[in-house]
Amino acid sequence: MPKRIIPNRTIVVLKILVHIACLVPVAWLLVHLFQNKLGPDPTHTVTFFTGRGTLRLLVITLAISPIRRLFPRFVWIIRFRRMLGLYAFFYGCLHLMTYLWLYAGFSWAAIVDDISHRRFILAGVTAWLLMVPLALTSTAWSIRKLGGKNWTRLHWLTYLAALAGVVHYWWGVKQGDNTPAEITIVLAIVLAARPLLAWVRSRNAIEVSH
Amino acid sequence: MLIRKSDPNSIPSSEITPRSGYMNRRAFMAAGAVGAAALAAERFTPLLRPDPVEADTKLATVPSPLSAKGLTPTSYNDITHYNNFYEFGTGKDDPAHYAGSLRTRPWTVAVEGLVKNKKTFDIDTLLKLRPLEDRIYRFRCVEAWSMVIPWVGYSLSEFIKQCDPLPSAKYVQFLSLDDPRQEPALRSVSLDWPYSEGLRMDEAMHPLTLLTFGLYGATLPNQDGAPVRVIVPWKYGFKSAKSIVKVRFVAKQPPTTWNDMASNEYGFYSNVNPNVDHPRWSQKTERVIGASIFKQRQPTLMFNGYEDQVASLYKGMDLKKNY
Repeated sequence: MPKRIIPNRTIVVLKILVHIACLVPVAWLLVHLFQNKLGPDPTHTVTFFTGRGTLRLLVITLAISPIRRLFPRFVWIIRFRRMLGLYAFFYGCLHLMTYLWLYAGFSWAAIVDDISHRRFILAGVTAWLLMVPLALTSTAWSIRKLGGKNWTRLHWLTYLAALAGVVHYWWGVKQGDNTPAEITIVLAIVLAARPLLAWVRSRNAIEVSH
Repeated sequence: MLIRKSDPNSIPSSEITPRSGYMNRRAFMAAGAVGAAALAAERFTPLLRPDPVEADTKLATVPSPLSAKGLTPTSYNDITHYNNFYEFGTGKDDPAHYAGSLRTRPWTVAVEGLVKNKKTFDIDTLLKLRPLEDRIYRFRCVEAWSMVIPWVGYSLSEFIKQCDPLPSAKYVQFLSLDDPRQEPALRSVSLDWPYSEGLRMDEAMHPLTLLTFGLYGATLPNQDGAPVRVIVPWKYGFKSAKSIVKVRFVAKQPPTTWNDMASNEYGFYSNVNPNVDHPRWSQKTERVIGASIFKQRQPTLMFNGYEDQVASLYKGMDLKKNY
């Protein structure tokens, strides 16, 4: 099947749309923050807004690879993966800043106390730390320097970051609250897609060879 | 109310109830997501629906010396749109959206257990049992947020006296309404229903413990625990059972919902205590509901600021163990 060629101009337009989609919520948040219109508990609103945003973007980033395998005509969406991953990291940084500023009050003692006593904070910090090397090695130069294989291996950390993020979410809400279920199910589907696709392909390959 | 105006410390509810601003405040809720229009239509509907008649009836009240002085009450809008009432869902705005299905008339409260005679009180009898008082109290949720709420009610002790408990009664248990037809989330939220809470007899008899029928000078909105609830201002909010249908006097510490669910997080006493952390967060500070994000944090006070009045109840007890 001939590969569908997507004109560069289309990609540029789509990229601008993705930028808008990722930045408009942040602009909305900032405008409402300064107008004091973030609801009865603005700290809580910002926390969940940035946290859920991070997880959603991480899951979307992870979904790109299985989608292009499943639908070869969408193979070009790979060109959006880096920017989506970087936006996930950006939202993660906003979420971390929310914690450092509005919860820990930039107190080192409070941060150490939280990390050593509260597993949900530890899981959250872990998820953010896992994203740091990914953001740092997101350039084309890094891929050349590391070599494609090493780079790919390193970027498997995205899966771990998403898992740590979901665990952080579950550990953070109280028992009886099932709001993290939705994102967990979507992540599970995305994680299962890769081995499932590989299995289907290997079966097909065997059938063809017979 | 003429009597109220004579007291310089009590604020007439007409002045502190910013009822005009509901719709503006709601606007942000729907604005976040894509498809805001559809969402907004769905979310505004419960607000446009007229309130049940009984949910906003003015009450005749008298001022109380037990009311906190010098505190600005949280807005009516925030008190009625930021609630934990899991019978209607786990989201903070779920009760405001879904509590319309709660029917608060007719309503009775059954008194049972260790009492001379089992009795059933009609809600209208309860409302007239004693003069209703305005009591501005601090309200501290175990989730580290706080409000100041102008409740209406009278001391629970007045009601307990009418119940004639036996000397063997050492605890009081409160059971909330448990009707999936009126409270849709009973089916989906995995807690052990009905909601159960309890107090030691001396805590229940303390004059600060309020049998509560209203806020801001009018009957309780459904989402705040209509038509009758308990308010124990020195304890975390979940100790104050809502929409009570049964009061049971017992000899032993009764099972209570959140304590059964996770006893390491929610003790039976659950007195507000900045020195005992919740496993997931510190209780040293709290987020003031309705405050600007830049100054939302304030220090939490021992016994939520009621230390002088209630510390003697716990003399000799290790509050780190009996959290």
